[in-house]
Order: sequence, then structure tokens, then C-alpha cells
Amino acid sequence: MTLLADLDIEGPAAPPRSNGELVFSEPWESRAFGLAMALNDAGAFTWDEFRERLIAEIGSWEASAQPGDCYSYYRCWLHALESVLADKNLVASAVVQERAAELAARPAGYDHGHDHGDHDHDHDHDH
Amino acid sequence: MTSELTVNDHIPIALRTEALEQLLVEQGLVDPAVMDTFIKTYEHDVGPMNGAKVVAKAWTDDEYKARLLAEGTAAVAELGFKGPQGEHIVVVENTDEVHNVVVCTLCSCYPWPLLGLPPSWYKDPAYRARIVKEPRTVLREMGLDVPEEKQITVWDSSSEVRFFVLPQRPDGTESMSEEDLAGLVTRDAMVGVAAVGVS
Repeated sequence: MTLLADLDIEGPAAPPRSNGELVFSEPWESRAFGLAMALNDAGAFTWDEFRERLIAEIGSWEASAQPGDCYSYYRCWLHALESVLADKNLVASAVVQERAAELAARPAGYDHGHDHGDHDHDHDHDH
Repeated sequence: MTSELTVNDHIPIALRTEALEQLLVEQGLVDPAVMDTFIKTYEHDVGPMNGAKVVAKAWTDDEYKARLLAEGTAAVAELGFKGPQGEHIVVVENTDEVHNVVVCTLCSCYPWPLLGLPPSWYKDPAYRARIVKEPRTVLREMGLDVPEEKQITVWDSSSEVRFFVLPQRPDGTESMSEEDLAGLVTRDAMVGVAAVGVS
């Protein structure tokens, strides 16, 4: 899962970037991106169905944001993905919640697959 | 929409993403190999260099430029650039009279096959709201001074139309090859928040 750790900064293998900016700022963002792309590719939903929910999630964040809240595009993206999957009875939100709680309960050190996954860097809470 | 979801903010979003991925793979809805290919493609292979090649060709080939402005999607496909989010590309040309800049006011629609995934500022609520209301000011803050006498046109991309800016070719580049010209063209110039300069 250390997708971004060992990339070249320059040269043909370097990811597209400008001003030193990576496409994904954290590994989970790339996973959320890849999930939506793979599901759309497999026909689980159309891109417009997903985009409609993404717009709704972004609008909902903007309507409720407090001064100082940091915007996380991929948080909206993940919520939109969960929303479309729930609507299509593919994965219920409560099931995701349950599995996430199980993962969170893993003992410290177990989580070797997510070097950066233990921390939520989004600061998506009131300050 | 958020209200429909069971979201416990105390669980890191990375774990929630991992949980969703596990469930989807277990159900056979997602093939991890396909997922990894998409991620790698957009991290490594698809980026602004594609759009830069289109711009350089338009600068050096008038017939191509005419096709590009008339039928953007087909003209960029001639160079092999197509795929998700590249279905409805409309190219707008910067001139001495008009400067074009692109936004997606609702989300983040962007011509992926030409520019890769959008940068964070393009997705930012502040850019999306302000570039429509005060484009000259926002462009100045981003380092581009558009003279008062020049008109600024803001284009709102959507799933129906994804706009792409054909920047002006800088003076003094008459002898440059198409390949060298492509090296001058930046992502920001093709969104319309920068001009192309000779470095």
C-alpha cells in the first residue's frame, strides 16, 4: 500500500505533478479513486450516477462547513461511492461501518498493510 | 446525501476505505488487479504532457488546429488520447482579445485524457466559487495578470462538456520544433490560469 513512497521525483516514471503536487495526497485517496473506476468499468453504476452523488456530497459539505474546516475532496468522493452502492443494494452503509470498526479494533502493529492508514490527516472536524 | 450514510467520524477514513474495498472484493464486485491498473495509469501515464502535445500540434499545423476547435474529442483522439472523462471535449482558443479559463462549479469535471486528474486547487470550493465571480482577481492571485482591456471568459465544465484551453503561442518560438513547443506548455496554461512562457 505504499503506493507513493518509492516513486521517482523526476524522469519518465515520475507521476504527473506541478509545483511538487502529487495526484493523491494519501494512499487511501488512490484506493477510493481506484474503487470507483473499477466499479464503473465493471458496470456497477454509470459515471453520471456517481457524479450526481459526488455533486450532492460536495454541496452538502459546502453548505455545512464551518470556518477552519479543511475540505477533503476524496472524503466526498468516498461518501458518494458508498451512497451509490447503498442505493443499488450492493453494499449497505452499516456493513461498511461494521467492517471499519473491526479493522480499527486490530491490535497496534497489526496494521502493517497501511503505513499511512492509521491516521486521518484530513482534519475534517471543527477546530 | 450524507444523512443516508452511517458514518462514524472517529474511525479514520483510510480504514473505512479499506473496509469498503475488502467487502467489494469479497463480493466479487471489484477485481483488485483492475483497480491497481487504474490507479497506476492515472499516477504515471496520463497527465498534462498529453494536452501539451495537442497544443503544440495545433500551434504548428493549421489544419489540425481547425479540426481541434471544430471537433475537440475527435481531434485529440487522432493523437491517441481518449478514455474516461474524455468523451465531450471542447477546445477554446485564447487570443489577443479573449482569455479563457475553465472551472467545474459543481464538482471536478476535467478532461482526464489530456490533463490527468485535476490538481487540488481545481477541486477547491474557493476556486470553484470565486473564479466565476471575480476571475480577474483570482487569476492575478494565481500569478496571471490579464490586462483590463482583454475579455475573460469562464467556462463551466460538466459531464456534457469538458473544456480545454488552447493557449497563445509565445513570441520568439517560430523556430522551435513541435516537440520543444510541447515542453513549454503547462497544465495551468491549459486550464487557463497561466500563460505559456519561454523559459
